[in-house]
Amino acid sequence: MKTIYFDNAATTPVRKEVLTEIMPYFSDIYANASSVYDIAAKSRRAVEKAREQVAKAIGAQKDEIYFTAGGSESDNWAIKGTADALSKKGKHIITTQIEHHAVLHTCEFLEKHGWDITYLPVDEYGLISLDDLKNAIRPDTVLISVMFANNEIGTIEPIAEIGKIAREHGIYFHTDAVQAVGHVKIDVKEMNIDMLSMSGHKLGAPKGVGVLFVRKGITISNLIHGGGQEKGKRAGTENTAGIVGMGKAIELATAEIDETGKYLTMLRDRVIKGITENIDFCRLNGHREKRLPGNVNISFEFIEGESLLLLLNSKGICASSGSACTSGSLDPSHVLLAIGLEHEKAHGSLRITLSKENTVEEVDYLIKELIPIVKRLREMSPLYEDYLNGEKAV
Amino acid sequence: MEYSAKVMDHFMNPRNMGQIEDADGVGTVGNAKCGDIMKIYLDIDDEGIVRDAKFKTFGCGAAVATSSMATELVKGKSVDEAMDVTNKAVMEALDGLPPVKVHCSCLAEEAIHAALWDYCEKNGRKIEGLKKPVNDIDELHG
Ligand SMILES: Cc1ncc(COP(=O)(O)O)c(C=O)c1O
Ligand code: FES
Repeated sequence: MKTIYFDNAATTPVRKEVLTEIMPYFSDIYANASSVYDIAAKSRRAVEKAREQVAKAIGAQKDEIYFTAGGSESDNWAIKGTADALSKKGKHIITTQIEHHAVLHTCEFLEKHGWDITYLPVDEYGLISLDDLKNAIRPDTVLISVMFANNEIGTIEPIAEIGKIAREHGIYFHTDAVQAVGHVKIDVKEMNIDMLSMSGHKLGAPKGVGVLFVRKGITISNLIHGGGQEKGKRAGTENTAGIVGMGKAIELATAEIDETGKYLTMLRDRVIKGITENIDFCRLNGHREKRLPGNVNISFEFIEGESLLLLLNSKGICASSGSACTSGSLDPSHVLLAIGLEHEKAHGSLRITLSKENTVEEVDYLIKELIPIVKRLREMSPLYEDYLNGEKAV
Repeated sequence: MEYSAKVMDHFMNPRNMGQIEDADGVGTVGNAKCGDIMKIYLDIDDEGIVRDAKFKTFGCGAAVATSSMATELVKGKSVDEAMDVTNKAVMEALDGLPPVKVHCSCLAEEAIHAALWDYCEKNGRKIEGLKKPVNDIDELHG
């Protein structure tokens, strides 16, 4: 059976063009970029080229790009680094309830160390309110961290407006753009972004490489201490192959951003239409327009997500869910709860995240297979039975 | 996390899925951990033998598989013997469950107990060792 991969927000395969580009850095061009001999210069040049490629993609300068070991490290660094550098100025951070755990758990860690964190709520579409943000700002606020686009429901936050507010108040603004980079246009200058996190494996580069953009003039403390790499800001021998891959992948994605965006939006809307027109009692989670081009998140009432994923898997389809039963911690998705879904509806959520490798045929196959699967799980559901018996109003 | 072949078999081909009209005992329990719901119907004859058992489950793969296995195990047993269908017995019959899924098998045991309790209440009977189910959510559902 063919595998159909619809979980590109979880991770992506390394793109063929990227793989070709990075292969020599595992073997022939192996020298440590910090060394003095000739062959080290090749590694060094490759890293610097990648730095340029990344900078260009987001409208930054080359010396504002720092390579890390991934999105989680970048988020940790931005937040803990700011906290450490600015704790004398104030100990208040504003973020949102729908951040990735790399941000949320870092903030919770700071709370244990005496920091005050405001977690902004979101509306039913997952958008924060700019008024809420303004009202949350205090004299001791040192950082605003709001994600560019949400990894579960795809909602794109009003980043330029947030950047403007942060700038007017002289507060650092960090955005976790792990899901946005390469998918939506980003200009850190125009948007007044001070720090931005990205991750390689979400855009066709290898796992374990990321970037933190830090605007010139912004001071944050180091997170990883050691050697003098990355201008002494982030220690550790450069992951040359990963970094080269990051540069190549972001260059490709940025060059294709309009074309891919159009294609993914077409596929996405076909999935949304196909599902919502053919299956009762379901709702689209997230915003209809302010949404990542490749993200679909739909809740099916009366059914549970893990069962749904297992049945889809039996048809070769890979997808994900915000169900408590799939979470390991047995908590339903904090994002779905934050947009106001009851536990039961968060349970029946399905996330489909598309890539340009996906086809119309695959999407139509998904819709065709999903209809009987949902029907079958509803026939098995005591909640659906209650509903049919009119015991429970929907 | 991976399920055993037996679990996958009972998930993909659940035995006894459905409902029994005018069942002699019905138990619905909710899982405090993840919010899932299991409902078990028992058809019990005058000798107190479980003639038939059916289930409906809103839950994960393990919850469906344990419902399926639990209903298989109680069928043909007397109501007293049905008490032996513990979460452990169900898990063993399924060749084990991943640690995070053990709580789903407790749901199956509780659902059977709730159905037996319902049967006892309706018929003025007592079963040795059977306690009023704590997670019975029939009252909540009204
Ligand atoms: C929004 C967001 N932030 C951060 C991360 C973490 O990135 P990484 O897996 O590279 O550590 C992810 C990936 O799961 C993400 O989706
Ligand atoms: S029923 Fe939720 S984890 Fe099994």
